[in-house]
Amino acid sequence: MAAYWLGCRYSMQQVAGDRRQLHSMPRYYGYYVALWTALPAVFLLLLWRFLDQGLIVSMVAAELPDIIRNLPVAELHLYLNDVLNLAKGNITSADVDATMQAAADHFKHLQALSDMSLLASLIGMVVAGAALALRQINPEFRSRPRVETLVRWMLAISASIAILTTLGIVLSVLFEAIRFFQMVPVADFLFGLHWSPQVAMREDQVGASGAFGFVPLLAGTMLVALIAMTVAVPIGLMSAIYLAEFAGAHLRTWAKPLLEILAGIPTVVYGFFAALVVAPLLRDGGSMIGLDVSSESALAAGLVMGIMIIPFVSSLSDDVINAVPQAMRDGSYALGATRAETILRVIVPAALPGIVGGILLAVSRAIGETMIVVMAAGLTANLTANPLESVTTITVQIVTLLVGDQEFDSTKTLAAFALGLALFIVTLLLNVLALHVVKRYREEYE
Amino acid sequence: MSDRIKATVKRRQVREAIEQSLIRRRKRNRRFRMLGLGAVILGMLFLGIMFSSIISKGYSAFALTDIQLEIYFDPEVIDPQGGRNPDVLASAAYGKLVKAALRKEYPEVKKRKEKRKLYRLVSTGAIQQLRDLVLSDPAIIGSRKKLWLIADDDVDQYYKHGENQSRLKGQQLAWVAQLRAKDALKTSFNTNFFTAGDSREPELAGIRGAVVGSFFVIMITLGLSLPLGVAAAIYLEEFSPRNHWTDFVEININNLAAVPSIVFGLLGLAVYINFFELPRSAPLVGGLVLTLMTLPTIIIASRAALKSVPPSIREAALGMGASKMQMVFHHVLPLAMPGMLTGTIIGLAQALGETAPLLMIGMVAFIVDIPGSILDPATVLPVQIYLWADSPERAFTERTSAAILVLLAFLVLMNLVAIWLRRKFEKRW
Repeated sequence: MAAYWLGCRYSMQQVAGDRRQLHSMPRYYGYYVALWTALPAVFLLLLWRFLDQGLIVSMVAAELPDIIRNLPVAELHLYLNDVLNLAKGNITSADVDATMQAAADHFKHLQALSDMSLLASLIGMVVAGAALALRQINPEFRSRPRVETLVRWMLAISASIAILTTLGIVLSVLFEAIRFFQMVPVADFLFGLHWSPQVAMREDQVGASGAFGFVPLLAGTMLVALIAMTVAVPIGLMSAIYLAEFAGAHLRTWAKPLLEILAGIPTVVYGFFAALVVAPLLRDGGSMIGLDVSSESALAAGLVMGIMIIPFVSSLSDDVINAVPQAMRDGSYALGATRAETILRVIVPAALPGIVGGILLAVSRAIGETMIVVMAAGLTANLTANPLESVTTITVQIVTLLVGDQEFDSTKTLAAFALGLALFIVTLLLNVLALHVVKRYREEYE
Repeated sequence: MSDRIKATVKRRQVREAIEQSLIRRRKRNRRFRMLGLGAVILGMLFLGIMFSSIISKGYSAFALTDIQLEIYFDPEVIDPQGGRNPDVLASAAYGKLVKAALRKEYPEVKKRKEKRKLYRLVSTGAIQQLRDLVLSDPAIIGSRKKLWLIADDDVDQYYKHGENQSRLKGQQLAWVAQLRAKDALKTSFNTNFFTAGDSREPELAGIRGAVVGSFFVIMITLGLSLPLGVAAAIYLEEFSPRNHWTDFVEININNLAAVPSIVFGLLGLAVYINFFELPRSAPLVGGLVLTLMTLPTIIIASRAALKSVPPSIREAALGMGASKMQMVFHHVLPLAMPGMLTGTIIGLAQALGETAPLLMIGMVAFIVDIPGSILDPATVLPVQIYLWADSPERAFTERTSAAILVLLAFLVLMNLVAIWLRRKFEKRW
């Protein structure tokens, strides 16, 4: 702020108050100085914060007695963690002894030193940046183009964050998955028929085979998604057709937003609804007619997920139905077709690619949906096609494997990343396919 | 028969056949129409059932049952030395006062086991109530007072929903019935629910901690995703050259918008927590993850808003000698801003209801304290709902529904603001 003001003032001074002589408007000189002042300092701050902890810890580690330094990596890590906790006044897991106390003091000392030098260099950076920018200012100095180039770069960097995110997802998930596949062969994962991720802690432990077969999870996911789609597709498609072709304008303005409310409800609410309302209902209803329905049946989760997806299907089909040219409808009516016949024989076939694309998007949604299945579906992996039994899905397993404190290297946690990779690939393929189909279709009628 | 008659007969047959088929076709048309209407109604019905079941389960959580007991503020228990030192007063065993009052109320209870059952009628929160009373006015010590104390969740359920909805048994039911007969039970507005953090005891549990956590997370998401999203949209829409790279970016953004949210959670876990070593369960990490999740939504909405600004505005600005940057920031951006804000609010409403990625980064811990900064461990409203939904107690089911109502209220509010913005600033060019 001060730099902005300084820059404005200084530029005006240079031309003795006659702003016509400046190349750019005074405030651009202000922006220029302010950017030069702030950006390097912020950059330094981020860099420092990022590096200093690791650097200090390694310096502390170097000072430790040899006995401790020669510990295995994991234990050394643990020890250093204790030192950190001690220095920050937290509770340590091991007993505090003199060495640890000394190390903690050393850490505190270094930390203080680091903070001091950070402050000093920040101030230096600010002053240097401001001085450098101010010195450049003279009436001929083209500050506006400079500032604009810089802003343009910042905009470009923001735009590439989307790419970085994708890259981040792919890399982080891929790396952990590769580590997982070093422990478990890929073929076992892809074609194994058993999933029980409990790795045996002791040799003689029972029931902890540590099997990582992906097939039952995939089957469970598909079963739930299938149930969801059998609910969502007819209802969503029919309501879209009705609202687009039959309903009056009045009903449409009311019904469409109401249906879209269903899309705005958080999934955790659906999960609650599935687990506490639908599942008991199904179980009681099942026992009344002599069926044995599991309280965590795939049916309950699938039904509720279907309800969630209805607006998704209906709004996407609504778009494509409206995109069918009116001339095609008129032609059909002129031949004497009823509305139903027009819809079934002309509009739906014409809109089919778009509808299929929408359904594919909905399927990818159903596969990636987490909270409903976490709350309403089961945990045990059954390879079954019976919707009344309990199944588990990919997302449920990711959540159960990762929630709770675990060390990061165990096969269990890494398995979650492998599942995440599978999930990402499946949904990505579905999305790309769906977007492609929808795009092709749109071009046809434009 | 002549050919003419034959032809007439045939024509009549044809007409009859057509009329028959017309009836059939009209019937089919009507059936199809009814099917469509049925689908719409079914969709509404689902919505209605969901809302009514949640409201009917949840409304009762806004009331809390109190028990009236005559408490003797025994100086022997609270402050045996009589120094009235605040530290002593704060650490005194107020539970004894409650127990004494209960014993006095039911002198017939003698057995140790029965006594324990009796004590369970009053919530442990009563201790806190008494402590606050004494600390605010130490002169109360030594006096006798009839006070309304928080009842246990079982009593609460019994009083609000009747016998079969509660876990109270045998003697306890008799005791509570006695209290009820004496008018020593009443319900009051459950302020605890809005002012307290999470608790193991349903009658003491509140959503304040989760609401504050949600607030921090949403503020971080807003603070990062709005500028980044708008900047990215401006670049892609106004500055970027049309080439394969921008096509790639565009496809990428569209795909990111459809990536399952749980994958963002995995990213957050691997990158923010494991690589950058940010603290687990912190709203900061939650906000960063949700930022990445909402960015595509905001970018897509902002680009649509920029596209809707007519080219005449741009050309006029450029014609007056503005640079491209000035044209964008002084003329196009202000006109596109309402559309961008609408998109942002809708994206944030999504983020507010998001649960799965936050489970991944450890925001599921049981946290009693209300978070004070973005680095404190915290939880958010949807995660709190998830946690409570898992609890077996009936009283928690009630509170889960109430928390859902609060969450939905926030979402409705945000969507209303978005609609209002759109109505107010929408311009047709």
